[in-house]
Amino acid sequence: MSNKRLTFKKRLHILKHRYRGKKMAPAFNAFHTFLFSPDETTHTGSHIRAADDLKRTMNTVIMALIPVLLFSFFNTGYQHYSAINGFPENFSVMEHFLTWDNFWLGFVLVIPLVIVSYGVGLLIEFIFAVIKGHEVEEGYLVTGMLVPLIVPVDTPLWMLAVAVVFGVIIGKEVFGGTGMNILNPALTIRAFLFFAYPTWMSGDKVWVHGAVERAGTADAISGETILGYLAQNNTSEFSYSVSDMFFGFIPGSVGETSAFLILLGGLFLIFSKIASWRIMVSAVAGSLVMGLIFNGIVDLGWIGERSTFYGLMSFDFWKHLLVGGLAFGIVYMATDPVTGSQTNKGKWIYGFLIGFISVMIRVFNPAYPEGVFLAILLMNVFAPTIDHYVVKGNIRRRMKRLKQATIFPKSTDGKEEELKVETI
Amino acid sequence: MALLSKKDTNLILDPLADNNPITIQVLGICSALAITAELQASVVMAISVLFVLGVGNVVISLLRNIIPTKIRIIVQLIVVATLVIIVDQVLKAFAYELSKTLSVFVGLIITNCIIMGRFEAFALGNGPWKAFLDGIGNALGYGIILIVVGFFRELLGSGTLFGFKVFGDPVAKTGLYATGYENNGFMIIPPAALIVVGIIIWVQRSRNRALIEEN
Repeated sequence: MSNKRLTFKKRLHILKHRYRGKKMAPAFNAFHTFLFSPDETTHTGSHIRAADDLKRTMNTVIMALIPVLLFSFFNTGYQHYSAINGFPENFSVMEHFLTWDNFWLGFVLVIPLVIVSYGVGLLIEFIFAVIKGHEVEEGYLVTGMLVPLIVPVDTPLWMLAVAVVFGVIIGKEVFGGTGMNILNPALTIRAFLFFAYPTWMSGDKVWVHGAVERAGTADAISGETILGYLAQNNTSEFSYSVSDMFFGFIPGSVGETSAFLILLGGLFLIFSKIASWRIMVSAVAGSLVMGLIFNGIVDLGWIGERSTFYGLMSFDFWKHLLVGGLAFGIVYMATDPVTGSQTNKGKWIYGFLIGFISVMIRVFNPAYPEGVFLAILLMNVFAPTIDHYVVKGNIRRRMKRLKQATIFPKSTDGKEEELKVETI
Repeated sequence: MALLSKKDTNLILDPLADNNPITIQVLGICSALAITAELQASVVMAISVLFVLGVGNVVISLLRNIIPTKIRIIVQLIVVATLVIIVDQVLKAFAYELSKTLSVFVGLIITNCIIMGRFEAFALGNGPWKAFLDGIGNALGYGIILIVVGFFRELLGSGTLFGFKVFGDPVAKTGLYATGYENNGFMIIPPAALIVVGIIIWVQRSRNRALIEEN
């Protein structure tokens, strides 16, 4: 086994050298670095070889996403069969949820989304690497896993492919590739899908497999999300319990439903120091504050039951974190180190506004029952501005401190002369 | 080209590519975003601007020695406004439906930066024949971008060209729609025009690196 691997690696190495300096070189190099640690050593200067490179970072995020992906297989099947056969009376996780049927249906439906996302996205990355003559970057590894998790399960594959092409080129490559992008590429893809094909991205049909095909027939099934239900201002109780919402036995985009697993993934990312806990904590705080404000407005009686906003405004503030993509967005999207704020204080502001605006969009715009992706994209745009003012504020504070501590040296003619401090 | 000297030819050809008013000077963007959802509207807009800029440049060029410098902007505005009203009335008389689609944007040709820009930069300092060529060239450069953007937005957004159903009927699911293809709703909304113009700018600058600005 090891012998075989060595020869394969050796062969790649030889190929790489044969194509050195040619146009296709980056493609071979990328394949080589993707599978193995290359043999090249640097010849000039001394370099520290650190293990936590970009590839390691990306792989850690993917590891945090694996439980969510596995859960999505089961939930896709569970939602489909429950919508057809009715929800089980005495729900037990082992009997009704973790079944082979559920898993297989979800597997067959979700894996093509993953394959299309990675296939198309990496193809674009390779093409651009060859055109520009730089190395292929690992940036798409996480995006490619995020994309299938934030779309409805019945999204046609060609639409996903078109959106990935758009998102990778317009969201990332035009700015210069990984690390240079302003917008989160996965959310750019989601936003493109939402505005280009709204009938496949919202409404009460797309969230459960089969609902679109069956619409209008005698076998019609409905798969409305909780947010969609609330946005229509139905005041009667819906059938999902809080534990359903927390563990994720609810309809929704492929991987966004289980707040529990997302919480575990978030903790994993925090303890492996990949994602910023400041952004996560402040985003949660922001959404809770906005939710509390809306609850307060309802409690004060300013909004009556007949108001269009009543359904979502009276929704308990902490439940906003359990439904829709808020938790998923906060943990995996808002914490993107490239598009988020870089300064610590900036991260607090950035995260808080993401949570705050997400809930605001949810409530005030029933056409967008899911405001998270819009809120994060908006704050992505503002992140550099926030950082700019945080840095500027810091400079001003230090200048002030410096002035207070100015030394007054005795000059030769006996007069006290202020030491001029050069600005930074 | 016996009719036009080499210098004159350049007056027309330069604004088409290397000095394009939209992609290089980044003028007249508002109308490019607003009316390019349909190809027909783009073409009519392009022709309207061609008329206004061609005639306007000649008029301003003829008047250039008698316009007092202090009030030249007002004089220019009056010239544009007159021409735009002519265009507007002609459209209302002969293409009423279209004039309703274009609505306020024909009136807004007055504020199109390209027109005032050419009056200021060229017509005030050159003879009528040169000014005419410059006006035609710039209007064509503007029109070409408008038509390209309109072509892609209408084709991808509505599946039609000049209202003709290219891909089949989206409601009855014929032609391409039978295979599951759907119109791209994103191309209908104005931000799509920004992105299409951006792609044109990107492609143009990557083909001719001399055009990339220092910053």
